Amino acid sequence: MSDKLNITINGFQVSVKKNTTILEAADEQGIRIPTLCYHKDLCIAGNCRVCVVEVVGQKRLSAACATPCEEGMEILTNSLKVRNSRKHIIELLLSEHNADCTKCYRNGNCELQELASEYKIMTQDFIELVPLKNYTIDAFSPSIIKDDSKCIRCQRCVRTCAELQGVNALTVSHKGDKMKITTFFEKNMNQVVCTNCGQCVNHCPTGALVEKNYIEEVWEAIADPTKHVVVQTAPAVRVGLGEELGLPSGSRVTGKMVSALKRLGFDSVLDTDFTADLTIMEEGTELLTRLKKALVDKDENVALPMATSCSPGWIKYIEHMYPEFLNNLSTCKSPQQMFGALVKTYYAKARNLDPENIVSVSIMPCTAKKFEAYRPEMHDSGYRDVDYVLTTRELAILIKQAGLDFNKLDEVKYDRLMGESSGAAVIFGATGGVMEAALRTAYEIVTGREVPFENLNINPVRGMEGVREASIKIEKPAKEWAFLDGVELKCAVAHGLVNAKAVMDAVKSGKADYHFIEIMACPGGCLGGGGQPIPTNPEIRQKRAEAIYAEDSDMPIRKSHLNPEVAKLYKDFLKEPLGEVSHHLLHTKYTKRERY
Amino acid sequence: MANSYLLKRADFIFRNENDWEKILSNSIKKKPADLINELISSELKGRGGAGFPTGLKWKLTSEAKSDVKYVICNADEGEPGTFKDREILSKVPYKVLTAMAVCGYITGAKQGFIYLRGEYKFLEEELYKAIDEFEYYCKEIKLEFKINIFMGSGAYICGEETALMESMEGRRGEPRNKPPFPSIEGYKEKPTVINNVETLAHAYTIFKEGAKKFYDLGVQYSRGTKLFSVSGDTPKPGIYELELGMSLQDFVYEFGDGDTKAVQVGGASGFLVPRKKFKDAAIGFQGKLTGISLPTGGSMMLFNSSRSMFNVLDNYLEFFREESCGQCTPCRVGCQQLLLGIKAVKRGDKPASYLDKLMRLTETMQLTAKCGLGQSVANSFSSIVENFREEMIY
Repeated sequence: MSDKLNITINGFQVSVKKNTTILEAADEQGIRIPTLCYHKDLCIAGNCRVCVVEVVGQKRLSAACATPCEEGMEILTNSLKVRNSRKHIIELLLSEHNADCTKCYRNGNCELQELASEYKIMTQDFIELVPLKNYTIDAFSPSIIKDDSKCIRCQRCVRTCAELQGVNALTVSHKGDKMKITTFFEKNMNQVVCTNCGQCVNHCPTGALVEKNYIEEVWEAIADPTKHVVVQTAPAVRVGLGEELGLPSGSRVTGKMVSALKRLGFDSVLDTDFTADLTIMEEGTELLTRLKKALVDKDENVALPMATSCSPGWIKYIEHMYPEFLNNLSTCKSPQQMFGALVKTYYAKARNLDPENIVSVSIMPCTAKKFEAYRPEMHDSGYRDVDYVLTTRELAILIKQAGLDFNKLDEVKYDRLMGESSGAAVIFGATGGVMEAALRTAYEIVTGREVPFENLNINPVRGMEGVREASIKIEKPAKEWAFLDGVELKCAVAHGLVNAKAVMDAVKSGKADYHFIEIMACPGGCLGGGGQPIPTNPEIRQKRAEAIYAEDSDMPIRKSHLNPEVAKLYKDFLKEPLGEVSHHLLHTKYTKRERY
Repeated sequence: MANSYLLKRADFIFRNENDWEKILSNSIKKKPADLINELISSELKGRGGAGFPTGLKWKLTSEAKSDVKYVICNADEGEPGTFKDREILSKVPYKVLTAMAVCGYITGAKQGFIYLRGEYKFLEEELYKAIDEFEYYCKEIKLEFKINIFMGSGAYICGEETALMESMEGRRGEPRNKPPFPSIEGYKEKPTVINNVETLAHAYTIFKEGAKKFYDLGVQYSRGTKLFSVSGDTPKPGIYELELGMSLQDFVYEFGDGDTKAVQVGGASGFLVPRKKFKDAAIGFQGKLTGISLPTGGSMMLFNSSRSMFNVLDNYLEFFREESCGQCTPCRVGCQQLLLGIKAVKRGDKPASYLDKLMRLTETMQLTAKCGLGQSVANSFSSIVENFREEMIY
């Protein structure tokens, strides 16, 4: 039997693969069928009904996203019947939606607004439903604002929270006119299992879920002459920002971004990549210390596998879901928080600044970082270590507000002292990157040789597979690491919390005997973070990942332990990895949280 | 009454000769294909309202390849104005259980479920007693078939077959996308036959009396008998087994109070027929005999001239606004707009012409809603607004 089907779309005969939906078939022909509840990351819901098309001979219209093509099908995507129905549905959605677009954070990047514009919905004949309902805005979370008056009930957030993240903080309750997206017992977003990952924000077609923005606070700090405003930029921001400013996905804009930040008025533009390298030094040492305790001292209390702790969404997830494994987390703070602690101590001292007058801003691909900066334990410098966290999207807003023509900006390098980094640091932005960076350094420390992979590219830990496993056999180690001779270091990498769950369940049941696991809360790692440009989908994540690895390849230094500024930091300030100062500034503890 | 009346009473469903053991043991001696052919030739159609040919449904599941299959009896009787399934389950439960087991034998399903409406909790205990006795007999004749009751929680939408399955699987009762259809991918993604209580009771009759006896009743396209739940302005409310195909005129002669203004056929999701159309309307599935044909799950509500049709529609729309599952736009928002819309017209906040916009909206709902609920709101809305427009406005 042939695996092809012959169908006609709008009168043109085409041949498509079996199991192709009408939506996909039309897309292949360059015909865009509008959608709202559809997202390439998610299962098919078929509930918004905007994608309805006419299948000739059928009484009712069919949802293109949910209907598979059948042999001989005659499909009309733009018949009068379809247009009228579609227009009706858009009008219905608008009647239920707080359509005060000029006051909306998503004004200009809203899928419903686009459709309303495309179909030229110029009047509102239906009765407006929003004033009839008692909507309140939930702004209790430090990361996410939920405004039900803008919700179109497409359930993309619910599916995201369940399918990508396995968290289920958001769910549907009630039915009929009272049906809504809510949380367990309708608690506020800061009181539920929400990890603040922001994937719901990234997948929301409208302004119902947005990040809590700190744009005005940052402008105020910049305008205050008594403040020294330092900004750090996360690895993944440089491969995402361009999309918000009109460039194709996967554009590498590091130099232009630094230039823009300087023009915005930041006093010092520094790189989170610097503390990513530092994380490798601390975390790599921590791993080797744990392995030594386990293998040489036969200490049964050593928690293995050790898990990375860079992703604050993952941290909150494990605190809720697997609190019995908190000792398995590396005690290292995330690069953002290491950076924050150092800015108000090491950097302040070196630049002869009063930390009181330093405002520390970070640009992150992440909404959970907003929560992380707000955690009570993140004040080790004596001040709040990171004052404001902006997402990639918020940075783009700053740049637009300042009237900068981003494309015309020249390429500028980061400022020095905490601006130097290696290729190992930039790959923190992709799933598997922390693992790869750690292996590049740890293997070399132990054996004195480079990792046995061509061009240092540890391909087994790269890619978009949800869970990836790798192992490296340690042979002929240096004398002090002799106990590792012949040991096969087993690693696992997971991204997206639903995959984290799979790994943790394997660890919990004893099926997995990993030594080291890297977990990133978001699909694709930070490059697919909740604070990255909207839309984000599998193809876009792939392009951003390619850009990240290209950045790595182009770096003169590819290994964290060769970062000269990190070496200087240890020499002048920290003395040694896991030393006393490190312990105080760069490491943290975790809190068991309830699920309900 | 004159002989010209097409209305004919029948007595199959509630006639209890307590012969289910014989019917069951005889049926499972026959070849599954023969039993299916018997059902197909009887032209029995689903009695829940949608009217899908029962024999074909069983055939599809019997041909589906799977080690695990299910039979579900849909006893979520939620359509306003129907109360026949309750009677069947309390008076002749063995007929339903037997038909389920025969269906299991034909399709290869070894597990059956009765999805019992939340409000019918009081039936559960007696029903389990019947199931215990039934399963004991199945064991005796070496027929592997178990039946469990799944209690619904009172949501109208869970009568929709795929929402019902979602609910059984522990999720929100929201209809699924179709295809796949339950016959191929139903409960727990396994091939599933799902039938209304009454359909199963008729299947029992067919296995007992033979297809011909059933086929000879009723009219073309609408064979056999059907239970009708008669309510409203009638001197004799109750449940009646009647042959399909009668004209509404005859029905009203029999059950009306002499002042019948309109009859709602098929519950809130059905059609309202005004007096002037009684003689053109026939009760049965597709195929126009005398004019309008009205498929129905059996709910017949009679209204006399004391009733305001605005209030009737208002009541239906209140019901749909609340009972829509809320997932798809046309149904969730459409029902709210229809309800608020007719109120606004009545108040004078919207012009009478707004009713035409609402009529077009119901067309869109019919074309685009995800399931039968949203699609069928148009039935009562348009039939009431078309026929009683003045009552909507003044």
